[in-house]
Amino acid sequence: MASQKTDTTAIPFYRDERILKIIAQIVSTVVIFGFLIWAVANFLKAADARNMELSFGFLKEAAGFPISNPPIEYEAGMTYGRAFVVGLMNTLLISGVGVVAATIIGTLVALARLSSNWLLSRMALVFIEFHRNIPLLVLLFIWYFVVFSFVPPVKESLVWPGPTFINKRGVYITWPRLTEAGSTFLILSIIGIIAAVIVFIILRRRRKYTGKNTYYMPISIVLVLIFCVSGWFLSGGSPFQLDIPFLKGFNYQGGLRLTPEFSGMFLSLSLYTAAFIAEVVRGGIQAVNKGQIEAARAVGLNQLQVLSLVVMPQALRIIIPPMISQYLNLTKNSSLALAIGFQEVFAIGKITINQAGRAVPVFGLIMITYLSLSLLTSFILNIYNRRIQFVVR
Amino acid sequence: MYKRLFPVLAILIALALVLSACGGTTTGEVKTVVETVIVEVEVPVEVEVEAAPAPAVEGILTRVLERGYVVCGGRTDLAGFGMLDADGHNLGFDIDFCRAVAAAVFGDPEAVEVVPLTAADRGPALQTAEVDILSRNVTWTASRDAQWGNFTNVMFYDGQGFMIRKDSGITSTDEFDGATVCVTSGTTTEQNLSDFFRQNGMEYEAVIFEETPAVYSAYEDGRCDITTSDKSQLASVRSGFADPEAHIILDITISKEPLTPAVPHGDDAWFDIVKLVSFALINAEELGVTQANVEDMKSSENINVLRLLGVEGDWGYTDLGLTPDALANAIAAVGNYGEIYDRYMGPQGISFTLPRGPNNLWNEGGLIYAPPVK
Repeated sequence: MASQKTDTTAIPFYRDERILKIIAQIVSTVVIFGFLIWAVANFLKAADARNMELSFGFLKEAAGFPISNPPIEYEAGMTYGRAFVVGLMNTLLISGVGVVAATIIGTLVALARLSSNWLLSRMALVFIEFHRNIPLLVLLFIWYFVVFSFVPPVKESLVWPGPTFINKRGVYITWPRLTEAGSTFLILSIIGIIAAVIVFIILRRRRKYTGKNTYYMPISIVLVLIFCVSGWFLSGGSPFQLDIPFLKGFNYQGGLRLTPEFSGMFLSLSLYTAAFIAEVVRGGIQAVNKGQIEAARAVGLNQLQVLSLVVMPQALRIIIPPMISQYLNLTKNSSLALAIGFQEVFAIGKITINQAGRAVPVFGLIMITYLSLSLLTSFILNIYNRRIQFVVR
Repeated sequence: MYKRLFPVLAILIALALVLSACGGTTTGEVKTVVETVIVEVEVPVEVEVEAAPAPAVEGILTRVLERGYVVCGGRTDLAGFGMLDADGHNLGFDIDFCRAVAAAVFGDPEAVEVVPLTAADRGPALQTAEVDILSRNVTWTASRDAQWGNFTNVMFYDGQGFMIRKDSGITSTDEFDGATVCVTSGTTTEQNLSDFFRQNGMEYEAVIFEETPAVYSAYEDGRCDITTSDKSQLASVRSGFADPEAHIILDITISKEPLTPAVPHGDDAWFDIVKLVSFALINAEELGVTQANVEDMKSSENINVLRLLGVEGDWGYTDLGLTPDALANAIAAVGNYGEIYDRYMGPQGISFTLPRGPNNLWNEGGLIYAPPVK
């Protein structure tokens, strides 16, 4: 089709920009796809020569290896697929709590860093520089092998209020557990919260359009309370029971138990990432024009209002994008956990490679897992990011 | 500006077209036709290169000879089997075997590069033929034989045991219910452990590390009540503890662990050479040939000794492309089987002392037996 134009204008095709562009497109496509096809074919050939099995059928075979403290039911007789899911749950768990903790700690440290209190600001600086400038793996080893080696053995457990027992086998926290009747309470509370959120949104929108105060906040709170209290009485007045850890045999039983592996991973991962997040948050806050703050003070807003109504909304626009990459980093860094025996998806994957001898499919699976996790995280956060950005009219 | 760029661009594109070898389907110019002819010559060469991976795996012996040294998958973190001395020199029971092979092939026991591998990495390293020999106390199992490579000849008969603290008061495995166990990931040990507890209907908590030192440091630190591995490994590790007397290795053995050097699939000649070296070391002990007397023994009156040392007859060296004294060199380099064992684990062993038990020669009540070298 483009050749018609060369005819009419009589420019030789090798001087026609449009044709050259098309050719360039074709050539680059051919080169890229050619390389990909060659790479895949070469890989398949090499795999064939080494007699490597590339199918995923092995996932249905019995794994035969143990996993420490699986979050969902797992026994050595279950399949490799199940083991992989257990690993995935552990990855999600550590990343989830890690992200929340790192965000909270990071924000607090950033505020301390910006504080006019000299001591507070310097302490935050030391925290940030310490955690930013040593490798995460070293931090992991410090927490797991050094700090936890000072923790007493089981029979001489430290007892903290709660009671919370701390020993070499982990931290055992007294934890409220739902009784059988407690499920009524739980269901009613969840219904109450959902109802309150819906009412909150509707009433707030009505205020926005009508300009009349609809008291959306008190109404929602009362709604939640009504549901919770009625649930409490319906379940016989005691939906929860305190689960107190007690010593039995080798170890403590009951309570909420955080293993040393989980605690070590959680502490190092969240502190390490918190240091980076603190700098991101500080950068975002400092990027807000000083005039904005002075203007806000001038119209009579107090310190808290200045921060929440003027500074933060503007700072968030700057903070969110780098924050997303910190969250992604945290998720990917969780794969270092295999060094201290916390069995997330990468650790399980490596064991599977060894026990099943299927390096290529397992690594494929691991890559897809991390890729999907990262894409999902950034997808969700990007939606949020788009909502808070300046609306250009 | 743009006009000047076009000819350059056109040449680049023409070049790219030729290089991508998809032929000038749209061009009718004579020049490009001439150039595509050149490409046609190149294509068969490329096909040969692509087919190369298959012979590359098969030709391990060729690869070793070209390279001039043996790449040995070993370890540096297990006293007695694979460790470093004060000068950073690799030594140990498993490493000496690699040196024996290097001495047989090159006449030089130093023609070895030791690649330290974790338990979880060793399988893939052998599968992809990254190493020429895997000599890293690997248990020979049927599935590993099928997936990883060829297992040569059992060099050490071992079995899995348990180590506990003396002050724990435990005397038998019946009291293990509810215990915490430290174990290395990616091992047969890991599977045996779960089988053992499952079969005996006991609960346990596994703490699993990839690095062997991490396992034992966690155990010594009190993270676990029990640690489990091959008994030789437990003996080795216990010797390195701050207070070895505070730990005991229970008598029970729960598995068969034949520790065997392995080679990658696909090269029979290489497989034969490595096997033959292990046979030679065992036969040497049987025939009384030692590192010290190997030269004198070349004038021995025992015909089997003369055959082993390549003085009389051909034990296969012509077919394998080795020199007649290859096996004699191997023995001269590291000594016979018994000498290697005693060097690290004998009564005066530099690492620890472990009675030979099943690792005695077959004619002394053990299991170590090798086909004759003749």
